[in-house]
Amino acid sequence: MSLAVVNPMPAPAGQQNAKSMVSIDAVTMSFGSYVAVQDVNLTVADGEFLAIVGPTGCGKSTILNAIAGLLKPASGTVSIDGTPVKGVQNDIGYLFQQDALLPWKTSIENVELGLMFRGVGSTERRERSMSWLAKVGLKGFEHRYPHQLSGGQRKRVQMAQALIAGPKVILMDEPFSALDIHTRHLMQNELLRLWQEERRAVVMITHDLEEAIALGDRVAILAAGPRSRVIESFPVDLERPRDVAEIKLDPRFMDLYRNIWASLRGEVEKSYERRD
Amino acid sequence: MNVVTERIIQLGMLVFILGGWQLGVTAGFIDVFFFPAPLDIFNQIVSWIVDPGFYKHVSITLTETVLGYIIGTGLGVAAGVWLGLSRSAARILDPFIKGLNAIPRVVLAPIFVLWLGLGLWSKVALAVTLVFFITFFNAMQGVREVNPVVLANAKILGAKRSDLLRHVYFPAAASWILSSLRTSVGFAVVGAIIGEYLGSSAGLGYLIAQAEGNFDAVGVFAGIIILAMFVLIIDRILDVLEGRLIKWRPNAAEERAA
Ligand SMILES: Nc1ncnc2c1ncn2[C@@H]1O[C@H](COP(=O)(O)OP(=O)(O)OP(=O)(O)O)[C@@H](O)[C@H]1O
Ligand SMILES: [Mg+2]
Repeated sequence: MSLAVVNPMPAPAGQQNAKSMVSIDAVTMSFGSYVAVQDVNLTVADGEFLAIVGPTGCGKSTILNAIAGLLKPASGTVSIDGTPVKGVQNDIGYLFQQDALLPWKTSIENVELGLMFRGVGSTERRERSMSWLAKVGLKGFEHRYPHQLSGGQRKRVQMAQALIAGPKVILMDEPFSALDIHTRHLMQNELLRLWQEERRAVVMITHDLEEAIALGDRVAILAAGPRSRVIESFPVDLERPRDVAEIKLDPRFMDLYRNIWASLRGEVEKSYERRD
Repeated sequence: MNVVTERIIQLGMLVFILGGWQLGVTAGFIDVFFFPAPLDIFNQIVSWIVDPGFYKHVSITLTETVLGYIIGTGLGVAAGVWLGLSRSAARILDPFIKGLNAIPRVVLAPIFVLWLGLGLWSKVALAVTLVFFITFFNAMQGVREVNPVVLANAKILGAKRSDLLRHVYFPAAASWILSSLRTSVGFAVVGAIIGEYLGSSAGLGYLIAQAEGNFDAVGVFAGIIILAMFVLIIDRILDVLEGRLIKWRPNAAEERAA
């Protein structure tokens, strides 16, 4: 459907020549004596969509928090657009794994926060927030409080809130895992459409390998924790724009899935063995 | 059981108690010196209510309560938010706060009279000492228990320190404070009444103290009932206010399993 609107991009998404937007160099993160991730190297080019998958508890959210500046690496450096990350970043958009809306503000008040903190005037703020709520399919829900919305609706408000100010880098932590399969497809397509309109560097965490391949330009696999690291990184050379439901039937998609799963599977099993 | 039957039973109980009491007095079983006849109490209340001079007393008690509440909450919120944000200040001041809070407030009444005189302000001060600590502990707790994810989100969205105070810390503390609204207003009333009772020239507490001084049991009972009605009316107003002020929170009725 969106095929008519968007010009096909030169595929694959120019990984060689684009400048790197996020770079993680030899980063080790630890909590006390527990080393969650060790010696992680990752770069995300401007306009690139990186998907990270890995077994539960391996340190995916921890890496995202390091990029956002919420956690400090024990060693190594993270930089965004060439500037080292020191303290909380505020030109990024972060879609948290948990509920992060301000419970005392309505949907529209939540969405406009980023603009308000940047000093945008109230009429422009309202207008842009309204149009973002419409974009995520929540027209008519402007004046609901978070507790009056369903889990999926809250996620969509969070998405509008994170993206409204046009951040340089978008971080997403399992954004769709709480949604039913149909809503998930809808929102994945929606996300692709929004991203295609205005390409940003995206780092998305997911535990759903199909989602990672369907959305990403590249899929990075993290090892089972502790001392997790990136074990492999697979480029996804499927052309864009993509339709999430259709692309899963593409034979190349299935090949990729088989390859990546072969690599991921061992880690998932390891993380289970450790648990018992 | 439907509402009408419940009401009828309540009314029946009231008639039974008061009627028995009145009959006991008429028959001479009950000594009116200690337990005056309900009808006499009722007449006393009516005569107060129709007397314009009575409202001076009500309005003084009300003023003391409201002032005590506002000043107490204001100070409590400011101190609570400050100590909630600054752990080191909280640790340093902790023994002092605990110590002050351990003082029974009644013993402060004579000191306040000494400092502030017999007028309005000594009562307000007593009410403030009662209200302050409730609000203070609630505000501090509210600030400390701000959801860290919500806080991180606000920072990433670009909130400066003043924005965080206004849009995150204060609302988080406010919900805790509002949930203690009723208790703290109750304490403001107690502070005002005790202050009046122990030394004043006007107010509901003064009316009761005066009746007591004259061994006028009718006046004491009538005063107690007026006080109860006073608190019930304030309670009713708070019900409405609470519903208006924290509409962002799910109330028990519409709360659903998450
Ligand atoms: N504040 C903390 N203190 C101590 N350990 C922590 C803390 N936060 C996370 N960890 C540990 O670090 C590891 C990585 O946690 P993280 O939240 O990054 O996992 P994750 O990959 O996002 O998992 P999931 O897919 O379940 O969300 C886990 O083993 C977790 O127990
Ligand atoms: Mg996580």
